[in-house]
Amino acid sequence: MDAPETPKNYLTADYSIKSWLLTVDHKRIAVLYLVSITAMFLLGSAFAAGIRLELLTPRGDLFTSDTYNKLFTMHGIVMVFFFLIPSIPAVLGNFLVPIMIGARDLAFPKINLLSWYIYVIGATFAMFAMITGGVDTGWTFYTPYSSWVSHTNVTATAIGIFITGFSSILTGLNFIVTIHRMRAPGLTWFRMPLFIWAHYATSLVMVLGTPVIAITVALVGLERIFHLGIFNPQMGGDPILFQHLFWFYSHPAVYIMILPSMGVISELITCFSRKSIFGYSFVAISSLAIAFLGFIVWGHHMFTTGQSVYTGMIFSILSFAVAIPSAVKTFNWTATLYRGSLSFEAPMVYALCYLGLFTIGGLTGLFLATLGTDVHVHDTYFVVAHFHYIMVGGAILGYLGGLHFWWPKITGKMYPDGIARTAAIIVFIGFNLTFFPQFVLGYMGMPRRYHFYVDEFQVLNVLSTAGAGILGVGYLLPMFYFVWSLIYGKKAPANPWGATGLEWTTPSPPPTDNFAQTPVVTEDAYSYENLPVPTRASAV
Amino acid sequence: MSNHAAASLAHQHQFDDAEQQYEASTLGMWVFIVNEVMFFGAMICAYVVYRVVHPGVFEHASQQLNITLGLVNTTILITSSLTMALAVHGAQQGKRGQMLGYLLLTMVLGAAFLGIKGFEYAHKYSEGLVPGLNFTYTGPHADESQLFFSLYFALTGFHALHMVIGLGILGALFAVGARGMFSRDYHTPVEISGLYWHFVDIVWIFLFPLLYLLGLH
Repeated sequence: MDAPETPKNYLTADYSIKSWLLTVDHKRIAVLYLVSITAMFLLGSAFAAGIRLELLTPRGDLFTSDTYNKLFTMHGIVMVFFFLIPSIPAVLGNFLVPIMIGARDLAFPKINLLSWYIYVIGATFAMFAMITGGVDTGWTFYTPYSSWVSHTNVTATAIGIFITGFSSILTGLNFIVTIHRMRAPGLTWFRMPLFIWAHYATSLVMVLGTPVIAITVALVGLERIFHLGIFNPQMGGDPILFQHLFWFYSHPAVYIMILPSMGVISELITCFSRKSIFGYSFVAISSLAIAFLGFIVWGHHMFTTGQSVYTGMIFSILSFAVAIPSAVKTFNWTATLYRGSLSFEAPMVYALCYLGLFTIGGLTGLFLATLGTDVHVHDTYFVVAHFHYIMVGGAILGYLGGLHFWWPKITGKMYPDGIARTAAIIVFIGFNLTFFPQFVLGYMGMPRRYHFYVDEFQVLNVLSTAGAGILGVGYLLPMFYFVWSLIYGKKAPANPWGATGLEWTTPSPPPTDNFAQTPVVTEDAYSYENLPVPTRASAV
Repeated sequence: MSNHAAASLAHQHQFDDAEQQYEASTLGMWVFIVNEVMFFGAMICAYVVYRVVHPGVFEHASQQLNITLGLVNTTILITSSLTMALAVHGAQQGKRGQMLGYLLLTMVLGAAFLGIKGFEYAHKYSEGLVPGLNFTYTGPHADESQLFFSLYFALTGFHALHMVIGLGILGALFAVGARGMFSRDYHTPVEISGLYWHFVDIVWIFLFPLLYLLGLH
């Protein structure tokens, strides 16, 4: 309507607030998610900083026990439910899934907008719970403590999580239908980018798992409000049933966090090796295998609940089985790197750091899947270190790598590559310094969730806190240079990395309808061998 | 942004054609139904577990339910599934009168179901069998019996909520259909609403024996 000189892209199509808040453009919704998720990340990080500062000394001299309990609970809730689970699907997935398959939008754009509003409302409820007293149950809400004993704001938080679940369900539903029904002509299943495969598998987990946690926290809420005894052993209920239902979702939820990240890494590794990914169909199918296996391993969270030894053995074996498709991916990435023409732009550095962290996280998962070892390190910092390596090392580095890779596409601006590479390395160093000592601490017996510990553990805790400081710097740097790039960054070409994929055939940033004409796909994904090595548009 | 009337008659901007839109909408509803199965499934799982843990108590508690009313409601709901199917058939044939008539009949049956359910709930309240509001049951194993009624109200309440939403959807279909929005060429909303309605009925087909009949001799 105005400013006809500049070509319209999705960002400049309309500038009014209303055009953003009522948008049905998947790309704008992705940006809305990006902003809200970043806010939640900062909040969750602030809680983490509090935890690490408290643990500098063996005595609780910064916070009271109650405050400390609330700190680690809110850190977990904010990071898991409001950052890690939505991060890649809601930001990168929303932006890229339709473009990568050659569609004009997701199948249900209004439902997509609805999912963002649901997310915001759910997050607001959780914020309300925090401001009005906090929650101290741990993010796992174990009953009967959460349903019976705790006097903190469990109900409001549970409502927040219940609501947010629908955001995840709707995103998953939208992706499944879009991927099934809206692929461009010629884009067969086994020509799809691996990013799409990963999001397809993730969406299945979202749709099948999320309702279970939603109903479970709803039952906890009902139990609190009406003083029922659904999970209270004094009244005939069974707290172990809560754990089964909780982990039936919450273990697969780890794959909601990590699978999209694996999809991103596949794109990055193949692009910056200038090679077609090794064993494409194995990498694609392994996503589905991980999603499937993810649903049948929840019992490894419950080895110490007194379940029968046979149940424990079966869950142990099944948990080992998850290592197979995970290893398929890791080995195929390695094989792709082998004899590739590697270049180390920032996204690639993030991807390589991811490989390091994910490998450590994955291998220590085997320690925990082993019955005997798990009983020894159960509820210690070993577990904390393990899931941070997977969920934070894996999910966040994939998220950051993807954000760096597609930032030029999303914003139309290049960021300074050198500082971005440095930031990746700072994150890697800070991350290992933070969490590697925690493996040792856990093995030595430091339990999680305590803010007092014996003096012998102090050195490792100081190291960990120092690492958290470095990690914080690594996380903050991208926020600065990304914002900087919006104002001063060089204009991004359509395909700054010389990558394959439909998203790079659109201008940066893409127009509202993504494609002037529906593209026709005639070859497999990642046919880098046929491409000339591009002259890289190095940043700034 | 899209001009609504024209868009819903033809197809929305993100789709290539009406066929693709129809397929996407139908698949979307099926995925949603699978998701709903997991919602009910988690609660039914809890119910089954406690039924196994406290078999005698649950059997005794379930005998407090009114089987006659449950049976009447089951019949009503199955009939409503039939009328819904006939409404969808009418829409596919482009017979507006038939579609609207059966939609109305389905709504009446749905409302009758909810009315009977409300009567049952009120009766339970007067008997002091509603956990959290009025639970004065003093027989042996009062706590475990409360567990049964908690799950009874959670399951049937969640089902009734779906019925209420279903009635809202049918009302909207009726209003839109009366203005002639559906034709032989475009009747996707009627069809996918039909899927939803059948799903809600099927859930009841599982709930009725689980809650009412299992302890019957």
